[in-house]
Amino acid sequence: MTSTNFDPRILKAPHPVPGAPDNWKRFFSINTDAKVIGIQYIATSLLFLLVGGLLAMIVRGELITPEADLVDPTVYNGLYTMHGTVMLFLFLFPVLNGLNNLLIPTMIGAPDMAFPKLNAAAFWLVPVFAVLLMASFFVPGGPAQAGWWSYPPVSIQNPLGHFFNGQMLWLLAVALSGISSIFGAINFVTTIIRMRAPGMGFFKMPLYCWTAWGAQTIQLIGLPALTGGAIMLLFDLSFGTSFFKPEGGGDPVLYQHFFWFYSHPAVYVMVLPVFGIFSEVFTCYSRKPLFGYKFVALASFGIVFLSLIVWVHHMFYTGTPNWMRILFMFTTMTIAVPTGVKVFAWVATLWRGKLRLTTPMLFCLGGLVNFIFAGITGVMLGTVPIDIHVGNTYFVVAHFHYVIFNAIVLGVFAAVYHWFPKFTGHMYYEGLGKLHFALTFIGCTLNWLPLHWAGLLGMPRRVASYDPEFAIWNVIASVGAFLLGVAAIPFILNMVSSWARGPKAPPNPWGAIGLEWLLPSPPPAENFEDDVPTVLNNPYGYGLDQPQVADEAFYVRRAQEA
Amino acid sequence: MTPTTPIKKGPNLGAIAVITVAVAANLALSWLMAQWSYGWFPPQASTAAPYVDNLFALETGIGTFVFLGCTGVMAWSLLFDRAPKYDESYGAPIEGNTRLEITWTLIPTVVVFAIAIYSMQVNDKLDALGPKHKYAIGSDPLVGAMADPRATVGPIDVIARQWSWEFVYPNGVRSSELHLPINQRVNFRLISEDVNHSFYVPAFRLKQDIVPGSVISFSLTPTKEGRFRLRDAHFSGAYYSQNQTDVLVQPQSTYDDWLKTTAKQPLQPGLSPGNELYAKRLETGDRGWATVPPAPPPMVNDPGDASIPHDA
Repeated sequence: MTSTNFDPRILKAPHPVPGAPDNWKRFFSINTDAKVIGIQYIATSLLFLLVGGLLAMIVRGELITPEADLVDPTVYNGLYTMHGTVMLFLFLFPVLNGLNNLLIPTMIGAPDMAFPKLNAAAFWLVPVFAVLLMASFFVPGGPAQAGWWSYPPVSIQNPLGHFFNGQMLWLLAVALSGISSIFGAINFVTTIIRMRAPGMGFFKMPLYCWTAWGAQTIQLIGLPALTGGAIMLLFDLSFGTSFFKPEGGGDPVLYQHFFWFYSHPAVYVMVLPVFGIFSEVFTCYSRKPLFGYKFVALASFGIVFLSLIVWVHHMFYTGTPNWMRILFMFTTMTIAVPTGVKVFAWVATLWRGKLRLTTPMLFCLGGLVNFIFAGITGVMLGTVPIDIHVGNTYFVVAHFHYVIFNAIVLGVFAAVYHWFPKFTGHMYYEGLGKLHFALTFIGCTLNWLPLHWAGLLGMPRRVASYDPEFAIWNVIASVGAFLLGVAAIPFILNMVSSWARGPKAPPNPWGAIGLEWLLPSPPPAENFEDDVPTVLNNPYGYGLDQPQVADEAFYVRRAQEA
Repeated sequence: MTPTTPIKKGPNLGAIAVITVAVAANLALSWLMAQWSYGWFPPQASTAAPYVDNLFALETGIGTFVFLGCTGVMAWSLLFDRAPKYDESYGAPIEGNTRLEITWTLIPTVVVFAIAIYSMQVNDKLDALGPKHKYAIGSDPLVGAMADPRATVGPIDVIARQWSWEFVYPNGVRSSELHLPINQRVNFRLISEDVNHSFYVPAFRLKQDIVPGSVISFSLTPTKEGRFRLRDAHFSGAYYSQNQTDVLVQPQSTYDDWLKTTAKQPLQPGLSPGNELYAKRLETGDRGWATVPPAPPPMVNDPGDASIPHDA
């Protein structure tokens, strides 16, 4: 395969913030070092995980009884809308971009991202739209209330008639988030294609880079549709256009196409990097090569391609003609194949390994079990007749959260633990990590498993009140949700105390294979600096007794002495 | 790559026995789960319902088999392939097996396509969605809207608003609850006067969004007498969760009598839960975030009774 030779010295961008690079203040200033930006992204997004989680707990508090008795229904609608928005645009996308910033350059041996300043700009848009979104709680009329889909006409009814309203700020924030993510995507794709270490052909690249590359390709293709759709909706709301208004000759269903053309693939933007994390973690803690590396790598792009041609399955009951429903059912079903290839490969990777049940391994195992479950309910939802019954019910909410939380967020936690020593230079506490896993796994199962049955019985999603026959499932779910709130405590305690005073981390505490583990913990500003290693063999060569890079002993020694 | 352990000659009878028992147990559990899945639904009250439930049972069975298969192998590894403490050695350095990888690509492809083809046939049986007719707001929506020629009842106009339901029968009767005769194909013209709504009756297993600016023709055949919930299943604003009413499936004679007697009733305000809640909100100081005011209650001949419990 192709391998790109580059001279890392030409990429030495000056770091515009004066002062020592080890100064803690660098995390609070505009900095162009990908590792600083990565931690900025992750810290910001974890903060918003708490905000989104708090909103979720109020939502579950309302739903613990059938009546709408905790908050006014309008407040409920605003809270669930902001829960979804915060979790997607302020937690998941930023946290994954944070991991990309930390992992992509170090895994491919690059000193930094291809466009360090663009990288900083992409990050600093996050606090800007975060402030916009949080400010919308305080404008007259409250925040957006139309769900994270924000379908017109309900989203553009603007009851108070003010120019500045929650929905307007929401749309501005989403458009800015789109722009930020496009900046990020340009950077990640360029970095992966152009800045790999000598010898690292595409088929010697770690799986995380494959999946991040696939995910960011989706961002480049899909995000313009959503961002454009959000701007058109903003014009309908604020400037009197009628792209989506039936009274002006527009079509509200058109918005749904713009929205789902991106927002279905968006789930793959989030899940693909977690597939990468699974591949890194399962190999490392099973002490085995990844089963069928090339298949798994190529399956990533199979998923990318298919993810772009399935969006109408969100619109099976909007009046979509029958031929189109059938067509999109077939494309949707096909996506189970490359995803299945990955699942089987991970299961085979565990087989006859030497399994170590560390915190990241536990999170990945739990995440994989949940992902298999979510994949099965996904196939069910992909078939038109089932979707007609359970679409827009709690079955979909349960399926979605099985993907987004029970699989993706568990994978993100695994990554945070697995690479914590590498980028902070400190070890975390295993006991607290395992407690965090146990509480999270029990909490998320209690929260979302029962809601499948509520959906099958016909409980619609987004309701502030419901018929009493659904009460039992909702009580269990709310208990699970509060347990997830409790699970945050050992996590925060672990992260803060370990970074402050955890034992010093060696360069490679897990005996892992990968370029990042040849660097000191934490790596210096420009990673390998002038001695970029030449890659000789496939990643994940556990037990194969082959050197990963030329002159490996030199890098190991240098990292230990640093 | 070949595994490092020497390959034994002849079939490994122990392994074959374990795999046979595991697959048999998995098949039995999957079949049981598929049977149980019928109990997870409301009663079957339309011709569509049994088809949907059968498809779901099939997918539950296949899904259970896949889930238990994968997690079973994972559980085996977790039980028997654990590294002892301080064991730094590697697992079996297996890099892949092309034949196995092709198998687990082809078999799922065949399985999902088989499910999709079966679903396509089930979808034909549902036979619910008719043509969609777009109209200019302000004009009469029903001019040019097509009716289902195979329906023996209807077309009944379903008008959804923020937040009420109104049903208009061919003889001009208006009601807040939907009355249908059993075992007859009935055709609806779905109309929204404001935002998106969705016509969803879980006992029928059918759902259709209602889009402003379009009249959607939709047909179904109820098969079970009773009082079933009709829920708005598309978020429609502040009092969306209250936007539900009941469908009464009745014998033909009861339905005919009802139509006849109701036609003589004067028009009166129908069910409009949004209005009650909004009035309460205004009384208590209009707290909460902004909402559009509810549409006035529909004027109907039969306002129904929201206090009667529903069957499903």
